[in-house]
Amino acid sequence: MKKKMNGYLIAGLIITCILAGLAILGNFYTPYDPTAMSGAAKFQGPSPAHIFGTDNFGRDIFSRVLKGSSTTVFIASCTVLIGAVAGTAVGAVTGYFGGVVDDILMRMNDALTAFPSILLALVVISILGPGSEINVILALGIVFIPSFARLTRTAFASIRDRNYIESARLMGASSARILLIHMLPNIWSVLLPAITIGFNNAVLAEASMSFLGIGVTPPDASLGYMLSEAQGMFARAPWYAVSTGLMIIMLVFGVGLIGEGLQRLGKDAEY
Amino acid sequence: MSNFIVQTNQSAASTAAAKENARQAQFDDLVLEVKHVSGGYREGGFFGRGGSYKEVIHDVDFVVKHGEILGLVGESGTGKSTLTKMILGLLEPEKGEIIHHTKRPQIIFQDPYSSLNPAYTVEWAVEEPLRVFGKYDAEERKRRVHEMLRRVDVPEEVWHAKPDELSGGQQQRVSIAAALIRRPRFLIADEPVSALDVTIQMQILKLLKNLRTELDLSYLFISHDLNVVYELCDRVLVMRKGRIVEQGTVDEVYDHPKEEYTKQLLKAAE
Repeated sequence: MKKKMNGYLIAGLIITCILAGLAILGNFYTPYDPTAMSGAAKFQGPSPAHIFGTDNFGRDIFSRVLKGSSTTVFIASCTVLIGAVAGTAVGAVTGYFGGVVDDILMRMNDALTAFPSILLALVVISILGPGSEINVILALGIVFIPSFARLTRTAFASIRDRNYIESARLMGASSARILLIHMLPNIWSVLLPAITIGFNNAVLAEASMSFLGIGVTPPDASLGYMLSEAQGMFARAPWYAVSTGLMIIMLVFGVGLIGEGLQRLGKDAEY
Repeated sequence: MSNFIVQTNQSAASTAAAKENARQAQFDDLVLEVKHVSGGYREGGFFGRGGSYKEVIHDVDFVVKHGEILGLVGESGTGKSTLTKMILGLLEPEKGEIIHHTKRPQIIFQDPYSSLNPAYTVEWAVEEPLRVFGKYDAEERKRRVHEMLRRVDVPEEVWHAKPDELSGGQQQRVSIAAALIRRPRFLIADEPVSALDVTIQMQILKLLKNLRTELDLSYLFISHDLNVVYELCDRVLVMRKGRIVEQGTVDEVYDHPKEEYTKQLLKAAE
């Protein structure tokens, strides 16, 4: 398989690496304490000292964006991890075995899909209790399972009857070995783009949830929560909303480019 | 898995024992018995229950003898692959019995590309049956894999290549190596050369012939190409609409076909 990098992939990787680097940095170091207030420095516009300005409590927005990105990226990554791993497990089992297992699991899947995802997340959050990062991750993770399950089920089912899988059965390979070693490497081209799309949806979902006040709660910062804060002071500190929104957009844009690039790569590799 | 081992009672009369011995000797000569087998597929149904049953194979009865190449000819859709699935144990017969006198057979398929996993190298593909078998350490596995790849003439420079970098003939050689690495005694070849160029076909047929004597193999050779069957096989089965309509040695069947259908097939192949 001659795999060529394409422009989408390179651009996406560059943007994402820079932002991911900033997010990781935000976890260990920020120029100012992201929660430190200063009465003297309220509503300052962008300046060399505060490059994104300050908010109504005089907190440095650049520091808050760094810290918030780190929270958001962490939540989105964990969410996608849960959704992809559990969803792929369900998809693999239903796609490979078919039959009754398929019927039962996919009907449950349909039931989950029937709810709008934000509503479903709301239900899960109200069961688990709001406020903690872990619960946001769990709620969104569960919401993300069905889409991965549906996608990977199709992919697993499409290669189930290939001769090489039949050969694997004939040589006595266990079902786990067939699924993980013989089949999984052949569905990366479907799974990887889906992971990038899932990551973006997770960023946006986390933002919506925090914006609605059922996600991350203060004093922790996440991009979504900061956006909802920024909304209240948009007239006095537009730089807050702009810098936070820009960060979300760039993150989603970069990862989206990677997804597009991977999809094109997968198309080239098809036979 | 049902090796046909008949326990003889020690106290049995000597005549019975002698009879049994004769029977055993006869069975030692066979690798496979397909006894009045009928079967097919179930379709539709709700939560795995109900649905309609469609019989594809009707009362098929034949044996594969040790060391022979048995041809199976017939148009597509006559149930050759269904029969193959049953022999391989991937599908249960509805009626009748399939008795293996050797280890389970291995199979080589028509389309060599789809019989190799596109994600892995040639060496991996041939080694995988041994890894699954689990009786040899890594060094012994590599030794056996390399020996087999040399035996089937796969050049060393493609051992670490993926299947899509190989020619059709090379892919089929690798499939053969993977099928034979655990040294089965019985191999099903399902149209193994139909997807290949004529010159490559000849090379692969020659390889299969050589491997039969080198590795003491028996084949069930499925094909729609009667010329290839004539070239390679000792005996031949003619299958039509799920039934064996004629069987015999290749010369018998080709020179004196009894069934009208066989005559038609032969005429079409001229």
